[in-house]
Amino acid sequence: MSQKIKDATIPTIPLGARIQRWVGRNLIKIYAFFAFTYLFIPVAYTFAFSFNDSGKSNLIWKGFTLDNWKNPCGAPEVCNALGNSIKIGLLATIFSTILGTMIAFAIGRHKFKGRSTSNLLIFLPMATPEIVLGASLLSLFLVFKINPGFWPTVIAHIVFCISFVVVTVKARIASLDPRLEQAAMDLYANEFQTFRRVTLPLVAPGIAGAALLAFSLSFDDFIITNFNSGTLTTFPKFIYVSAARGIPAQANVIGSAMFFLALTIVIVGQLVNRRRVR
Amino acid sequence: MRKIRTPYLLLLPGFAFLFTFFILPIINLAQTSTQTSVVGGDTGQYEQTLRFANYIDAFVENKEQFGRSFLYAILATLLALAISYPLAYAIAFKSGKYKNVLLVLVVAPFFTSFLLRTIAWKQILGEEGFVVPTLRTFGIISESTTLTSTSFAVVMGMTYNFLPFMTLPLFASIDRIDPRTLEASGDLYANGITTFRKVTLPLSMPGVVAGTLLTFIPAAGDYVNAAILGSPNTKMLGNVIESRYFKVVDYPTAAALSFTLMAAILILVTLYIRKAGTEELV
Repeated sequence: MSQKIKDATIPTIPLGARIQRWVGRNLIKIYAFFAFTYLFIPVAYTFAFSFNDSGKSNLIWKGFTLDNWKNPCGAPEVCNALGNSIKIGLLATIFSTILGTMIAFAIGRHKFKGRSTSNLLIFLPMATPEIVLGASLLSLFLVFKINPGFWPTVIAHIVFCISFVVVTVKARIASLDPRLEQAAMDLYANEFQTFRRVTLPLVAPGIAGAALLAFSLSFDDFIITNFNSGTLTTFPKFIYVSAARGIPAQANVIGSAMFFLALTIVIVGQLVNRRRVR
Repeated sequence: MRKIRTPYLLLLPGFAFLFTFFILPIINLAQTSTQTSVVGGDTGQYEQTLRFANYIDAFVENKEQFGRSFLYAILATLLALAISYPLAYAIAFKSGKYKNVLLVLVVAPFFTSFLLRTIAWKQILGEEGFVVPTLRTFGIISESTTLTSTSFAVVMGMTYNFLPFMTLPLFASIDRIDPRTLEASGDLYANGITTFRKVTLPLSMPGVVAGTLLTFIPAAGDYVNAAILGSPNTKMLGNVIESRYFKVVDYPTAAALSFTLMAAILILVTLYIRKAGTEELV
């Protein structure tokens, strides 16, 4: 009897059908794998070509070298542009995080007249195409005879970062358990103490995430920057302008370095978070 | 009394800033859009004449680019949705303990400057890249066919660049679905397709709406992909606005075009939100 069952079940499924079944069961995972490949192809390309012994224009593979990584400022304009991008990014992050967090607390924690109008005002900059934001700000600066440059760019970046900060921090506030604050009040903490000792530490990861988001948005922005920066060069603007005659491999080095740096920050952040939860 | 004032005090600095540098510029843009050039004045000198015909002229002159902007943006949004939905679903339900890792991987490519990645695509798909010769060897494309400087390249680039804006809201929405609802549907004899159509998709609708909006809006106003991956035949409205500002110094037309673009997007978005029935965003 048992012999019969064995005979009937084991050897009958042909390989083709087995493969078909495996594919059917894992179809979505295979699909996800291809989606990730699509996502990472240009990153891998950028990284690979950061090792290209290319000279001026980094179009064709000419041989492996570490020189670009040893000397990232070998193309001086690249480092100059990078410096500007970092300065603008930091300023825009600080201001937009402070302003946006205040708005998020107002909308997330209070019921007041004009709350839905406030929500709309936060949504509008996100629903406005970048080119319109950039062009309209430039028109305003031109009317007031303000020359485009460093500060107009910082202001423009704060405008589009604020909304993203508000949305991120608001989501964190909404996920807080209100009983924690009530408990603090029950233990005779006054409003300020509750905020400083309970609410703020709980919202802090959201604020940190919002600040990171703001910095990466600002750092990578091209369209709005192009309209408001005048002769000032930022990292994306440098790449765009030099695209026609070839981008120095140092730009690939900086792009790849940013990738690994950001990845490290995110991973460390997640580890810290996990430890806290424990 | 203090309690009533608190939210307004918190809002004041941020909203004062947004009023000055977002609302005022938009009003100013509207004003610029009806100006005409000063007779006998220098290039770039304009005066207010309330010439609303600027809008008609601008539209008629650029209706091709207008149509293209919306066509490309819609195509890119649909493609991004087709790529992102299964991806977000796989991360939410099939990734087990690697969920956070995969989520980081979705965002990770976007830490490399998007211009670098777009130019990488240009070189990968270009004549010296490896894709075109391979396809030619296998006879999939003819000797004269190129991949860059085509609508295909522009739409592909846009799909690529706005993908995380689609994947993240979709993931947030799908991840919130209780897997027991899917099991329940199966218990009630629904097959995979019916379960998806009647349970998964409706429950993930907020993510679909948010994702499509966050992809469509920047895509419709984009000009970088068209400039790098396209040709003069793939110019979008953004390219026209940019060149009117910087090369032609024709501020009124640029302003009229910007305003029309924004109005068209807002109308489309409002209709879409009505139809999709989600007011959560606003």
